[in-house]
Order: sequence, then structure tokens, then C-alpha cells
Amino acid sequence: MADLTAPRLDVDGLLSDPAIRIVVCCGSGGVGKTTTAAALGLRAAEVHGRRTVVLTIDPARRLAQSMGLTELDNTPRQVKGIDPASGGELHAMMLDMKRTFDEVVEQHTRPERAAEIFANPFYQAMSSTFAGTQEYMAMEKLGQLRAADEWDLIVVDTPPSRSALDFLDAPARLSRFLDGRMLRMLLAPARAGGKSMFSLVTASFGLFSRTVQKILGAQLLTDLSGFVAALDSMFGGFRQRADQTYRILQDPQTAFLLVAAPERDAVREAAYFAERLVTERMPLSGLVLNRMHQAEPAGVTAEQAEAAAAELEAAGDQAVTADVLRIHAGLLRQTEREVRVAATFTDAFPRVPATAVAAQPADVHDVDGLRTIGALLARPAA
Amino acid sequence: MGDYRNWPERLHVVTGKGGTGKTSVAAALALGLAAGGRRTLLVEVEGRQGIAQLFGLDPLPYAEKRIATTTGGGEVRALAVDPEEALLEYLDMFYKLGAAGRALRKVGAIDFATTIAPGLRDVLLTGKVKEATTRSQDGRRFYDAVILDAPPTGRVGRFLNVTAETARLAKVGPIKTQSDGVASLLRSPMTAVHVVTLLEEMPVQESLDAIAELTALHIPVGRVVVNGSRPPLLPAGKVTKAEVKRGLAAAGLPSSAATVSQLTAEAQAHLTRRELEESLRVELAELGRPMVELPLLPGGIDLAGLQDLAGRLLRS
Repeated sequence: MADLTAPRLDVDGLLSDPAIRIVVCCGSGGVGKTTTAAALGLRAAEVHGRRTVVLTIDPARRLAQSMGLTELDNTPRQVKGIDPASGGELHAMMLDMKRTFDEVVEQHTRPERAAEIFANPFYQAMSSTFAGTQEYMAMEKLGQLRAADEWDLIVVDTPPSRSALDFLDAPARLSRFLDGRMLRMLLAPARAGGKSMFSLVTASFGLFSRTVQKILGAQLLTDLSGFVAALDSMFGGFRQRADQTYRILQDPQTAFLLVAAPERDAVREAAYFAERLVTERMPLSGLVLNRMHQAEPAGVTAEQAEAAAAELEAAGDQAVTADVLRIHAGLLRQTEREVRVAATFTDAFPRVPATAVAAQPADVHDVDGLRTIGALLARPAA
Repeated sequence: MGDYRNWPERLHVVTGKGGTGKTSVAAALALGLAAGGRRTLLVEVEGRQGIAQLFGLDPLPYAEKRIATTTGGGEVRALAVDPEEALLEYLDMFYKLGAAGRALRKVGAIDFATTIAPGLRDVLLTGKVKEATTRSQDGRRFYDAVILDAPPTGRVGRFLNVTAETARLAKVGPIKTQSDGVASLLRSPMTAVHVVTLLEEMPVQESLDAIAELTALHIPVGRVVVNGSRPPLLPAGKVTKAEVKRGLAAAGLPSSAATVSQLTAEAQAHLTRRELEESLRVELAELGRPMVELPLLPGGIDLAGLQDLAGRLLRS
């Protein structure tokens, strides 16, 4: 088999290691991240007897249903139909971004303040649609799950971000945002105990706030000041939690797995991510390459197959075999191409172990399918 | 070559699930619509620099840069819209801010505005697209067509539905005016949103969801582009080992049991896959939207490949 040149990723070693408490699956959209996370969780529970929870962000409907997830309700639910022999359990949950945000607010502020925050249009926009809120809240949820210490292993599927890096940037961006000068300016009058913070802002920041007012409109700015002032009380706690989660991610108890498909963009994204993990000193454990074709010549090379297909076609009979040979040649070419694409990563990161999962004829949407993927992930080196 | 009149809209928004090749389709459409001395603009908004990568160029600046020429003196320009730059440009255009605009950036106001209120960010991005689409010079439209490489299916509805997002925040004022303008362009016959998919379950499901969402938002849906479609092989839909053995022998190739069973198994898997593809194709066809199929390019996507796809798109 045309295999990867990288060292083989020991998936079973990783899943059975009691020191590993968190596995983070990251990569660009459409590479099978959720399926990989679910398959790893299932294997950890069934084969390694670990009490496992899988945190999914936006699973495909049928995959979610197969795991018994029918609502976005932030509650881990035990997945049925798994083999209990090893004593492990598998639970799965879907992130409810808005509810997680609401809970954080409730936890860090008085009930009256919380009600004010919930009513603010900026909060409503930010908690449900803010580009980045999903990332923050995934991190927050991960922090909560880890702090509860109820699980042997937490497997996280990262949000389908614009870029795989957003997930990693979420805590830092939050901190930067909270430390921002703009925010402090908006807060200054509120902190000084001013009642009409907007007019105070106007008084102290002449040109600046006139400009802001002109662009945004007074009503919008009032809402914004209200929002910022209301949130101010909980910012400290918020940032502290984000920093904590960030440290957990740097800890050896965490294993990052990059997930990619053998396509140029996905592999490039994985390489960017690998660089970032190294920079941030976060533990990169390996690369999972999904949907790899692994055809072998079996005595007939691509060139031979293509030439013979043309001949058979010209001869006019054996049309079926001609097509069979074309399929064979296509698979071999695709295998070559995919290995070449994968090599752009493995050449740049020769020491990052990798595992390849063969392309499945149909999408996975049941526990049996996840079990098969888990076995392929853990398949020993050829 | 086909005809640009098959694609009469002026703003073509191209979306699709990640990995379906929406950037390539957008680029091919921009090339095709620029043929015959026309001028098109290919826009990206997510900071991915996908256009530059596709054309093998250095990262695009925030400027409309020519990236390809076509027949009859036509050209494709490309623009990577950056929300910060768009905001500053917008401020400059409407408020002649100059130094104040730079001061805003210095205190982090722009970062702040585009971070805290994503609706505002999207208004800036789509606002720039609208400006390019409606720009005129000497009484003529500057661009014959604008092609937007839009966010993927999962986010496109929210991205294009700018009014709803901003209406909650800005009830009056320039931002409201701006977003109303964008919203009416996006809901006019000048616009079509094309959805790129592969014949795979998830992309098809997301395409169906996105089309339903856009329809509910009254944003006109254009074509369904099925990318990476494969030539029909084994039309009879079945294959036997005996047949393969005879054929291999006739071609003078090894016909051992191992070879025969592997090749037959590959053919069976191909048929399984094709059956699934066929049912997905039917699901897409039931939408009743015009469909275009583009082949999987064996050599990958290069300029020649894009030209090939452009021709197929324009003929459809």
C-alpha cells in the first residue's frame, strides 16, 4: 500500500493512557472532524473502558441521532448500543452556545444585572451570532467539563470555523478584547459612577466619540455602553476562566489531533495549525487523514490499466472489463495524488505521527460505522 | 465558448460546504463571464486568500487587482475585502474622516466594532460588494459582473441577511441605510446565489438547508452546481468476476484470483458509491432549480482547468 511516510500514530496508546484527559480534534470544515471525534470517543469507551464524553459542536443530523442526540441542550447523554464489556461508557452532548453564554453570565453576576444583560440587544446579537462566540463557548464548556472531573476522557470536536485557528485564538482574543482601550474608554464613565455615561464619554473624548456617534448613531451607542457596563462586573471572572482553559490546553493531559482530508486546502490548514500549536507550546499528538484512497496495483499498474482499457474498448467487446480497469486506474491515480498532497504536511512535520482512514463507500451515521472508523484509526502500521 | 447571457445577473454569490470547490467555481465563473472583452470582479471576504492560492499569486491586497486576461481584451480583477479596510474606506467616503479614522484604528475602535457586532462587520463586507456591483464610470457599469466567493453554506444565510442582523442594533442612521441598500440589492433580480455541492451526503444536505434558508429570506437562488462529477462507468450497473477474468486475459494482463477479486471489489465499491450519488442527484433535481454538473478534473485545478470549467458553466 502507498502508505504515509510519517511515523504511525498510536491511537490506542493515546486513548488508553490514563494521563490523557482531553483529546481536541481540530481542522478545517468538511474533513470529518465530528465523525473522528465520535469514533475516538466510542473506541475509548468500548475498547479501553474509559468513561468518555464527546462534546460536539454542529454534528450532522443523522450522526447526532445515531448517538441519541436530539436536542442542543448542553446535557451529556449516554449513547446506547455500545459494548459494556470493558466497563467504559460513552456520553455525547451538543453545544448550546447561547445557553452556555447565559450560564456564564448568571454565574458571574447578580440576577438583576443578568436580566439587564439578557435584555440588551448587543448581548442578544453577541450570544447567538457573534463570530467567535461558538469558539469561546466551546472552550468554556470544555473548561466546565474538565473542572467537574467526572470523566476519564473528554473528546472535543472544534467548531466549523472560518479557520481552524479561531478555536485556539478564542481565549487570547477575548482577553485582548477585554483589555482594549476602546472598551476602557466606554467603561471609564461607568466606573467613575457616572449616571449618563454617554454624555460623559462625549465630554471626555470629544472628536473620538463624536465620530463614533456619527457613524453608529446615538441609540446604538447607548445600547453598547449599557452592554459593556453590564458585562464589566463579570469580565474578570470571564477572563480568568478563559486563561485557565488555555493553560489546560497547554498541559500534557491534553492531546491535539489534527484532522484533514487529502485535499490541498485541508492539508494546508492542518499545517498552519501545527505551526500554531508548536508556537503556543500545545501538545500536538498527531494527524488523522480521513478519506484516503488506498488502492494497490495488485499486478496491474495505472498505466497498464489505462492502455488496456483503451485497447479493449477499441476491440469492441469486454466493455465491462474496460470500465473496471478505468475504475482501477482512477483509484491508483487518486491514491498517488492523495499521498502527494499528504506529503506536503508530513515533509514539513516529519516527526508528527499520522494515521490514515480509508474512504468509506457511504457516510457514517450509526454506531457500527463509528466502530469501523475507530478500528481503522487504530489500525497498526502495515 | 458559451454565452454570458445564460448568466444574466450582475452579482453572482457562490456558496457551498467547505471542500466542495466553491472558490474554484467562483473563479471559473469570473473567467467565463469576462470572455469577449468584458470585465468581472472576483471577491472574497473571509481572509482566506483562496483566490491568490488558486491562481498561484501572492496574497491579494485590499485593491482590485487584475489577475487574468481573457479573449477580446476582457479581464478578471480580484479583491480580498478586509473588514477594517472596508470600514476605513467607508468612513472616508461618507465622513471625510482622514486623521480621525486613523485615530479610531489606533484606539482599537475598528477591531472593537467588527468584533462585538458581527452584523456590522458583514454590512461592511457586503457593502463593499454592493459598491463594486453598482459602480459606474462614464455612464456604464464598471463591472459587467461581480462574483462573490461567499462564506460556506452553514453561514451564508446569516451573512447575506444583513438587515435583520443590524436592524436589531441600529434602528436609524448611516449603518441602517447602508444595510438596507445591501438588502435590497441582494433581494433583487440582479443577484443570484449559486450553491456548489458534491454528490456526497453532507454537502447535499447542507445545500438543501441553505437553499431553504435563502428562499425563506427571499434571496434569489440561482443554480445548483454539482462539482467533481465522475463519468458514468459500468452503465449496466453490475460486474462479475468471470467477466473481469475473461477481460483481463483478453487484454493480456495478469488474471490471477487476487487481481480479479481486487478489481471486482473496486468496481463493486464504485457501484455502491454511484447508487448513493444517483439518489443524491435525484434529491437535488427535486428542488427544481437549474443544475450544472462539472467534472472532477484529473489534473487538479490550474488555469487551463479553470478555463475548461468556465466554458462548461457558460454553456449551461
